[in-house]
Order: sequence, then C-alpha cells, then structure tokens
Amino acid sequence: MADKPMIEMRGVGKWFGRFQVLKDVDLSVAQGEKIVLCGPSGSGKSTLVRLVNGLEPYQQGKVVVDGIELGGDARAIEAVRLEVGMVFQSFNLFPHLTALENLTLAPVWVRRMPNKDAEALGLQLLERVRIAEQAHKYPAQLSGGQQQRVAIARALAMKPKIMLFDEPTSALDPEMIKEVLDVMVELAAEGMTMVVVTHEMGFARTVADRVCFMDGGEIVETGAPREFFESPRTERARLFLSQILGH
Amino acid sequence: MRWVRENLFGNWASALATLVILWLAWKLVPPFVTWAFVDAVWASPDSRPCRAEGAGACWALIAEKHRFILFGTYPYEQQWRPGLVILVLIALYTASALRRFWRPALALAWLGGLALIGLLMWGGTAGLPYVENERWGGLTLTLLLATFGIAFAFPLSILLALGRRSELPAVRALSVAWIELVRGVPLISLLFMASVMLPLFLPSGVSIDKLLRALIAMIVFASAYLAEVVRGGLQAIPHGQIEAADALGLPYWRKTLLVVLPQALRIAIPPLVNTFIGLFKDTSLVVIIGLFDLLASIKVALSEPAWSGFGVEAYLFASLVYFVFCFAMSRYSQNLEHVLERGHAHAVREN
Repeated sequence: MADKPMIEMRGVGKWFGRFQVLKDVDLSVAQGEKIVLCGPSGSGKSTLVRLVNGLEPYQQGKVVVDGIELGGDARAIEAVRLEVGMVFQSFNLFPHLTALENLTLAPVWVRRMPNKDAEALGLQLLERVRIAEQAHKYPAQLSGGQQQRVAIARALAMKPKIMLFDEPTSALDPEMIKEVLDVMVELAAEGMTMVVVTHEMGFARTVADRVCFMDGGEIVETGAPREFFESPRTERARLFLSQILGH
Repeated sequence: MRWVRENLFGNWASALATLVILWLAWKLVPPFVTWAFVDAVWASPDSRPCRAEGAGACWALIAEKHRFILFGTYPYEQQWRPGLVILVLIALYTASALRRFWRPALALAWLGGLALIGLLMWGGTAGLPYVENERWGGLTLTLLLATFGIAFAFPLSILLALGRRSELPAVRALSVAWIELVRGVPLISLLFMASVMLPLFLPSGVSIDKLLRALIAMIVFASAYLAEVVRGGLQAIPHGQIEAADALGLPYWRKTLLVVLPQALRIAIPPLVNTFIGLFKDTSLVVIIGLFDLLASIKVALSEPAWSGFGVEAYLFASLVYFVFCFAMSRYSQNLEHVLERGHAHAVREN
C-alpha cells in the first residue's frame, strides 16, 4: 500500500438540523484500495461518500482527499472534484445532451481540453464500457444499464484518481445489474481507488479489499469481505446480513 | 356519411349541439361574408361610397390610412425607412427562429440589424434627413417596443430568476424585492412613473426621451414577469442534475449555462411564449404617455370626421395584425418544443 492515504477521515461528525447522521467516523483509504460500504438505509453510508467530493458539508472532524483538506473552502472543493469521479443511483445523465456530449462536457469546459481530443477520449471510454454504438443517442433512448455505463464513462472522462459509487445498481432492473457490475469489476482490476455503496454482496466479495458496515451514522465494523460475511463480529452486522442474504 | 352519423349525431346531446352550431353558422357566416367581402368598399379616396345604402365593410379606410397605421406621423416621403425597418425586423425574427442559424453570427446579425434600424429610423447621416423619434409610430413603434423590450428583459429575467435562487443573501433579497415590487404594480403605473418620475431622478441637463423611458418601463415590467416563468423552469430541474454537474467540477456559471438553463428554458417555453405574447399586446398601453403605436394610430385615423364611424373595420384590421404576429409566435413555440423534445422522451427509464 502507498504511504499516503487517498482519503483520510478523522472524527467526522455531520448533522441535518438536530439529527446527527454521522458520528465520529474514521476511515482511511489507500491508493488503489476498494472499499465497500454497506448497512441499513439511513445508516449514513450515502452521506459518507458524498462528503468525499464535497456534495455534503460536515461540521466536525477532518476530511483530506489526495492531500487536500475539505472544509468550507470552495477552492479546495473544486480541486478535490477534479480528482474524484462520482456515479449516482439515478444516473443523473444530462438529458439534453447525447451520450458522447455528456462525456465531453466536463473535459472541454473544466479541463479546457480541445473538442477533438475530448471526443476521441469520449469514444474510447464509451468503447471501454461497451456502448460506443450508442454515442449519439440521448439518455432517454438508452436502457437503465446503458445509462449507468455512460455515467461511469462520464466520470472517468475527467481522469479521476478516486471513483465514488452511490448505490449504482439499485435503480436497475435485475437483468441490467451485471453489465454495470462487470464494468466496475474491470475498473477495479485496473487499480482505481474506489468507494462503493452497494448491497451487491457478490461484488463486495470479489472486489472489495475491505467492507465497512455502517449503522446509525457510525462505522460499526470493518473487515476483509470473507471475514465480514462469514463471521461478523457484531450483532448488528449479523442481523443486517441475515436480512439481506436471507432471501 | 357514417363519420357524420357517429361523430355529429352520436347521441341526442351531440345531435342538438350540432344543430345549434349549424344554425348559428347559417345565421352568422353568410351575412359576415356579404358584409366583409361581397358588399365591401375596397378603395375610395373618401368615405362617401361607404356611407351609401347597402354598403358593406369600409376597407377603403384601411387602404387610405395604411401608411399612417404602419408608420404613424413619420414624414410621408421618408416612410420607406420604417418600412424597411419592419422588413429587417421580420428577417431577424425569421433567422432567429431557424435552428440552422443558431450560431454566434446571429448575435452579430442582431447587432448589425440594431445599428441599421437606428440609422434608418433616426437618419441624420448618409443623406437621410434626421427624424426625431417623437414622430415614430404605428406598427413600427409597436414592433420596436416589443422586440427591444423582450430582447433586454429576457436576459435580465434570467439573472433575476437565478438571483432569487442564489445562496448569497444580498443577491437573493435584491432579486426578490425587484420581482415582487414590479409585479405588484400595473404596467400603466410603471409607464407613468417612467415618464414622470424618472426625469426627476436624473441630474439636470440630462434628459432621456419619451420612447426610451417607455422602453425602460417595458423592460422592467417584463423582466419581473419573465423571471418568475424562468424560475418555474429552474425549479423543475431535478437536484441530481446539479449534483452531477458539481461532481464533475463545473463551476457555477458553466454549470448554469451548460446544464441548468438549457433544460430549464426548454421546460419554460410554453409559459415564456405566453408571456411574450402578452407583452407584445401590452405595448399598446404606451398610448397613455403619448406614444402612437399601432392601436393609437388607428384611433387617430378614426378621429378624422371623414372616416369616423368605421371603428369596426379599423379594429378588425388591428386585431388581424396583432393576431398574425401572436399566432406566428405561438406556432413557432410549438415547433420549437417539438424539435427539442427528442432528448426528452422523459426520464422514462429512471427508477
């Protein structure tokens, strides 16, 4: 493992009004490491990944991403967002742009990449997520699985060092989940640093270096996937696993 | 026959409605056609033939007064200039409506058009005698007020709508105050204020003319209304769109221009055009501060004793002119919605 962590969280606390959604969270992610976050809904896992690229502010503790400390500082947030790609549950593709235009938008307007280069990069990435033939379609003309693969390619177009996935397969029909997970597995094999919120335990088993189980705004348990799934140490994790694996 | 039986006489209620409508049409349409076309007086230097027994519509009034209705009191022998201006404006509308002209050159065309319009209307150089804008009027004035009113109010309204949603308290408060204050006041009182109060605030010696003051009032009024329409469009954008743009690192203005506004304005096309049409017709209110737009010119034409009493013809003609422009806007907006629909078979597959 590299010496300096890509993501370092220490004693992070966050409140929505009076309700505390994150309590004293410590998490360190090394370069190339794959973390799977799981836990019941409302446990704070989505909020935790959204802290990493500044989509959510936090009130306590410290979050450092690739050496940049996030805080209220808008410049730091902008700098971090250049390093971090994000994939959302509901894809959030831009509906007024074609698949390819979705990919080229940020490289052209944020990285100031020439149009031609951005298009070449976009096509190459669409190829990589096996959807190049749909480059000129609009999101509404694509299936959910295709849209999510475009969304992954869109995040990759900014050449991020870290990829965040917030329940990337939860909005998909079952037959489309695999095509998205396959892309994510490949990405992991290429050495990308990934933080993934998911309940796809098969994915967690094959890809994750560590599984973090969250409940009530805390990281309750962290462990290698095999350990975690076979012999969870805490009662809460056991209960959660029995619920999601029980059917 | 079958279609008639099924659709027009399907049951007793629809049969009754059909009969009533047929009866009304039989009662109203032939007399109108006789009046408007068969017995109409199409040309005459004075109103005598129109006043003859059995004469129909007096279109001679329009034929005689059309120059005045179109150009107001603009010097007669120079009226080709506002005529050309109307054509330039229509050409610019048409070019702006066609998608293949949507490129930066269009903005240049508008700037060039604006300069040309100013040159033609005022003159004073290039061998054109100077015409002060007190003498501008008729349809020309209506089109100028509507075009430049909307052209300046629309960008301003977008800024106001964004300002109202801003996270900066001062910007937000200012936008809300502007929108609410202006919206709470009738256009007529804004026009009065612009014409009476605005000069009081200006340093002595500086005066802006009546036309410009009316235009400022129009812009202020229109900006507030349009801002709320644009805000409606902004609110319809799912928050996920903004988060996705944020996550990609797009800074505020690029996010707004590339992601938010294209979607918001598309959603807002129907109410935007509705407001544009309303504003176009509201230009007729400038008559109260002494400007002679299309409708006011018609009133003046009718006030001549020779032509008095032919108000129906005159106002029908004015309605027709307004209708042509408003209907064109309406059709165009439907076409635009259709063209922009493509990408939006709408979030069908989400969730």
